[in-house]
Amino acid sequence: MIVAVVGLVATGTFLVTSRSLSRIVLGFALLGHAAVIALLASGGRAGAPPIVDGEPDSDTANPLPQALSLTAIVISFGLTLFVLSLARRQQALTGDDLVEDDVEDRRIASTHEQQHAALDETREIEALHDDPEGGS
Amino acid sequence: MSAVVALCVALPLFASAVVLGVRRLAVLRDVLTLATMAAVTGLAVAVLVEVERNGTVVLRVGDWAPDLGIVLVADLFAALILVVASATILVVELFAIGQRRTPSGADPSVVSPMLLVLAGGVSLAILTGDLFTLFVAFELILVSSYVLLTHQGHAGQVRSGMTYVVINLFASTLFLFGVAIVYAATGTVNMAVLAQRFPELPAATQVGIGLWFLVVFGTKAAVFPLFSWLPDSYPTAPTTITAVFAGLLTKIGVYVLIRFFTLMDLDELGPLLLVIAGLTMIVGVAGALAQDDVKRILSFHVVSQIGYMIMGLGLFTVAGVAGSVLFLVHQIPVKTVMFLAGGLIEDDQGTSALKKVGGLATSKPVIAVLFALPALSLAGLPPFSGFVAKLALVEAGVASGAYVIVAVSLIGSLLTLLSMTKIWLGAFWGEVTPSAVPASSRRSITIMQSAAGIAVAGTLAVAVVAGPLWDVSERAAAELLDRAQYVAEVLG
Repeated sequence: MIVAVVGLVATGTFLVTSRSLSRIVLGFALLGHAAVIALLASGGRAGAPPIVDGEPDSDTANPLPQALSLTAIVISFGLTLFVLSLARRQQALTGDDLVEDDVEDRRIASTHEQQHAALDETREIEALHDDPEGGS
Repeated sequence: MSAVVALCVALPLFASAVVLGVRRLAVLRDVLTLATMAAVTGLAVAVLVEVERNGTVVLRVGDWAPDLGIVLVADLFAALILVVASATILVVELFAIGQRRTPSGADPSVVSPMLLVLAGGVSLAILTGDLFTLFVAFELILVSSYVLLTHQGHAGQVRSGMTYVVINLFASTLFLFGVAIVYAATGTVNMAVLAQRFPELPAATQVGIGLWFLVVFGTKAAVFPLFSWLPDSYPTAPTTITAVFAGLLTKIGVYVLIRFFTLMDLDELGPLLLVIAGLTMIVGVAGALAQDDVKRILSFHVVSQIGYMIMGLGLFTVAGVAGSVLFLVHQIPVKTVMFLAGGLIEDDQGTSALKKVGGLATSKPVIAVLFALPALSLAGLPPFSGFVAKLALVEAGVASGAYVIVAVSLIGSLLTLLSMTKIWLGAFWGEVTPSAVPASSRRSITIMQSAAGIAVAGTLAVAVVAGPLWDVSERAAAELLDRAQYVAEVLG
């Protein structure tokens, strides 16, 4: 189980750091699974099912991590759907599913590009920046 | 009495479902939302009075044994923050009702039910006595905040919302791993039982778990290396939403940080916390100085002020933690009202960029007053609440001999004042710019101004009752650091 957790975390983290939103979503799905498996592993060794033939076995599985995992699964399922819909919205707005640059980063970058042809999108940001009294 | 504690959580969640059902009937929806938040605030005050008279209130949900079931614990610290938090949400809801007719206003049929979910989540996070329920409470808060941040669906909101969601999802996943680690190490997720078993763990495991949760809660609280998501995402949301986020969400992170670190007695991490606190103060305020938009400046100040709260915790003395508690109580209303004032500027002028706004002190004296009072309080000038809270922290720092952090915090205060002056020069003095408000929305502006006015009155009230409040904070801090008492009350 530990090996499974390590593998899922490694793959998940790799996917989350990528620029494409669909990969990020997949990465979070994997990370969520890893967390759930870690929760299950924290409950100790697998035991017998608690209710068999009406007689409780003395060596039953720990039910608490299972309850916790179930809650975590439901939450991560809902959040995956939300991120997917957000990615869909971004695709509708910008036509791709890449993570965009930070506004601040673009503003700093635009100071170097001022003499080049200004894009319509950055023109307003540059106008802000060009003020003679600007301390930024 | 313990049923009242449960109602603080259940009532807003139940009401949000009802409000969602009647979201098209504007009057009924607004009345229901306001009534619910007023009721929750009333219940919170009742809890505070009860805790003040008879000590900690503990509710075992379903009457399970405390190490098996869920417990809700209202001690002095929890009750105090609960009152401030629910009152803040009440004021913001009033502001939101006023703001809906303005062009930048958020859609009230989304905001009202989601604010109620947020209120339920905040109450649960404050009151819960076990780690996993805390995770669920965080998810409640975060899910509603995701929706509130992105529901208008502008390109900027989707972009920064994505960053916000991804960062918080990652922190939530780490939280879940943390729960697994704690359960594997101690066999419990109940915080009282955990406080009993935690000192028996090997020292390295203790520090490891402490660091793990420092990352998790530190991301929520936006402390120094983990804050970069905040100034990017907050300003894009509608004002009401930003006000709630800035006033409450990061502070809930600080709240659980204080709760967890005092309960687990992680004072070996104190020096690390002090370093983080100092860096958070300076980097946050330096970021604010470089900005030229009111909402972005204020967002960086959110980060900077978090440093002061962490500073009090890092000292791990009664005076230090009491300073943090007082600072928390002072910050929640002040931050909220500053963003509300920023929103009034934006609604009046159509923008909050300092370059495009000017002369508001002449043309809109009401906004100027509403901004000036909390701004002075934020910078820590006497006689406002910020002064009282910062004085408490500085005294605690000097008493502990932590002179470096005291010096850093004073420099941070000066820079805060400088940055407030920048907003004042840019937006309130200078040439008068024409108002961009259509005449039809005058009435809603009045509602918004009165909501902000109530919040300003609240921050002034904190200064007026500073004496008794300091007394309460000190007792709350003593309670926080006395782990045996907490354990006995929850398990007993």
